[in-house]
Amino acid sequence: MSPKSNRLILFCVAAAFLISAAALTLSALDENIVYFYTPSELDKSEIGSRSIRIGGLVKKDSININGLTTRFVIEDATSQQTVIYTGVLPDIFRVGQGVIAEGKFENKFFRANTVMAKHDERYMPREVAEKLKEQGVWQGEASR
Amino acid sequence: MIVELGHFCLVLAFVLSLSQSVFPIFASNSNFKQLHSITLRMSLLNAFCVALSFMSLIWAFIVSDFSVSLVAEHSHSSKPMIYKISGTWGNHEGSLLMWILILSIFGAGLALTQKTMPISQKSLILGIQGSIGSAFLAFSLFTSNPFKRLSNIPLNGNGLNPVLQDIGLALHPPTLYVGYVGLSLAFSFAVAALLTNSFDKNWARYMRVWVQIAWCALTLGIGLGSWWAYYELGWGGWWFWDPVENASLMPWLAATALLHSVIVVEQREQLKSWTVLLAIIGFSLSLLGTFIVRSGLLTSVHSFASDPTRGLFILGILIISIGPPLILFAIRGPKLKTDGPLVLVSRETALIANNFLLICAAIVVLIGTFYPIALEVATGIKITVGPPYFDATFNPIMGLLLIIIGIGPFMIWRQGLTPKAKHIWTISVGISLLTTFIFIQANTSLSIGALAGISTVTWLGATIICGLVIKVRTLKRNSKSDFWQRLIRLQWGMWVAHFGIVIFLIGALGESVFKNESVARMHIGEEIQIGAEKAKLKSIFTRAGSNYEALVATLYIFDGQDNHIGTLYPEKRIYPVERQTTTEAGIRHELTHDYYAVLGDGNQTDGYTIRLYRKPFVSWIWFGIILMASGAAVSALTKFNNHKKSLKALQS
Repeated sequence: MSPKSNRLILFCVAAAFLISAAALTLSALDENIVYFYTPSELDKSEIGSRSIRIGGLVKKDSININGLTTRFVIEDATSQQTVIYTGVLPDIFRVGQGVIAEGKFENKFFRANTVMAKHDERYMPREVAEKLKEQGVWQGEASR
Repeated sequence: MIVELGHFCLVLAFVLSLSQSVFPIFASNSNFKQLHSITLRMSLLNAFCVALSFMSLIWAFIVSDFSVSLVAEHSHSSKPMIYKISGTWGNHEGSLLMWILILSIFGAGLALTQKTMPISQKSLILGIQGSIGSAFLAFSLFTSNPFKRLSNIPLNGNGLNPVLQDIGLALHPPTLYVGYVGLSLAFSFAVAALLTNSFDKNWARYMRVWVQIAWCALTLGIGLGSWWAYYELGWGGWWFWDPVENASLMPWLAATALLHSVIVVEQREQLKSWTVLLAIIGFSLSLLGTFIVRSGLLTSVHSFASDPTRGLFILGILIISIGPPLILFAIRGPKLKTDGPLVLVSRETALIANNFLLICAAIVVLIGTFYPIALEVATGIKITVGPPYFDATFNPIMGLLLIIIGIGPFMIWRQGLTPKAKHIWTISVGISLLTTFIFIQANTSLSIGALAGISTVTWLGATIICGLVIKVRTLKRNSKSDFWQRLIRLQWGMWVAHFGIVIFLIGALGESVFKNESVARMHIGEEIQIGAEKAKLKSIFTRAGSNYEALVATLYIFDGQDNHIGTLYPEKRIYPVERQTTTEAGIRHELTHDYYAVLGDGNQTDGYTIRLYRKPFVSWIWFGIILMASGAAVSALTKFNNHKKSLKALQS
């Protein structure tokens, strides 16, 4: 085989590979994107059974623990969403804390498979902070 | 006083760096030849100044000088000494200073070693290093001065984020930074090669050692980070596809490609322009990593108090350091091209495939990491791209790469295979099929992906072991008294590193495919099942730590025959100064599996939430990483020695 045809073969293999990698990447992106909403932005008909993230503050007196399952309400300025979560909650999960719950809708409940809140008490998930600022319910950095 | 000295040294280092970056330009004029050697000395002086400056900052942390704003914000007098010291770089300003320190040490390292390199080349490389250094020193002095004093001196400091109060902080960032910054030297080599239009075997040989050192440190740094995340965060995993992890993975992939392509230049004088481009990309990716960690664009355990001007400054450095070299590359790069004959069955082709796959993997990670940011900037829609994306794209590409790793070492330069290569492959395929079959028989619920992983890893492991056995046997047959000398000259660095990949993958596969997990709310005396074993909550007690209070659970692990095989002590710590709670996982390491327990919330009456994992082979992940890094270290050392020897032979 001449060096030229070798190069051609290599080039074709590389091109074929690139095309399939690109196709794989696009389909994987399409399937695995998780959108972020605050309770007031939720439109269940649009979301269906997709996996999404909901962010907001944990509503006062809404935490209800039963064995391993916790039921709580995430709220923003105008709306609320009940979340059901089974498992270990983050260390600083508490009332008034900014949290993000990732999961799916089951009827009118949101079943979360992960609940995130950060270790730092000053910390507020960035998405939550921005949305809350937009809605005017942001109370500023937690006082120390 | 010491703080002012540190500040002064930093300013001095800035001036030195600036002159270090312009002197080589003047030195090209033949009247100022001595400027070359002055540049070398300046890089030593520069490193000395930055080191003094860094040490005075450490001093301020050790003596808890709260008149320094940085110390007041990030330290506390009750903190144990080790965390006072490591807290120096547990914040933006201090870690930036450490970055600069490592940069200047690399410069000084080049000035002191590789004596055979023409001094004009060396000073040019140091000049480019100096310009990177000046940019970062300006960044430090003008936007993030670590020595800023407070007019109202507080009685005590704010303390350090408890998650960072760990030995991990003393090890992970310095090692990772050596890796990141080490790539700057490869970058400077590449830009100097473009400026002087010369890039040959010798150049590649000088450059290769630095790439190997950087790669070794980067590998260890990422490994340390994942180990730290594993035991400290209490999430039970070791890699989360967090954007900041990705930010370190991308330069690692580029550096791995560079590590291999520079060999092609050294051996065959091919892939020159590609290697130059890779060196530029590699360092750009480490700058990008720094940028996204510091800019506050991402939320992560790594984002320190962020500030948009800082992000913009790094973005500026990034654009300046990528832009001109890329333009230079566009003009000069093609001239470096050498069109040698390329044969399909050759080591070169395998290494090209390696580079191609690694870069594809880096692009896939890049898309997954930056797509959410780009989408948000463009449309305001907030999304995240989770682990399933990376599993679906990154893993298959890496799977193909594993096949190349099993094939490439048995191909020789120019054309052909090593003796018995086909035998080795056939035997390995047999072993792999047999192993996969055994796994299918033992456990019918394994996914296709898991089976593909198992068979590829077994195949790769078998090729390496068979290959080495056959190599050593042939060597023994063909050599007499010089057997040991020839044995040492085998490419042990490569074999060790490649075998490290196998060990790493056994750990990664074992952890992801065969792990058991149980969560329960337990009262004292209750038991839960985990795999074939069970765990019993024996007691809960409180314990006073050095600067925290801990709630500790005692969990006894029993095997199937009710024998007590170990005890786990997961903790929940409350740090009063920082007013934060952290989780300390209770881990029992065994060679073939770890038990891992996390204590959640609870009380005596309702019971405590306990999460328990059994993770097969998980510690092999880090054994593998250590082997990979050792491979690079061995290779760098032997290259260095061989080089010295050949020099001595030349001189005598």
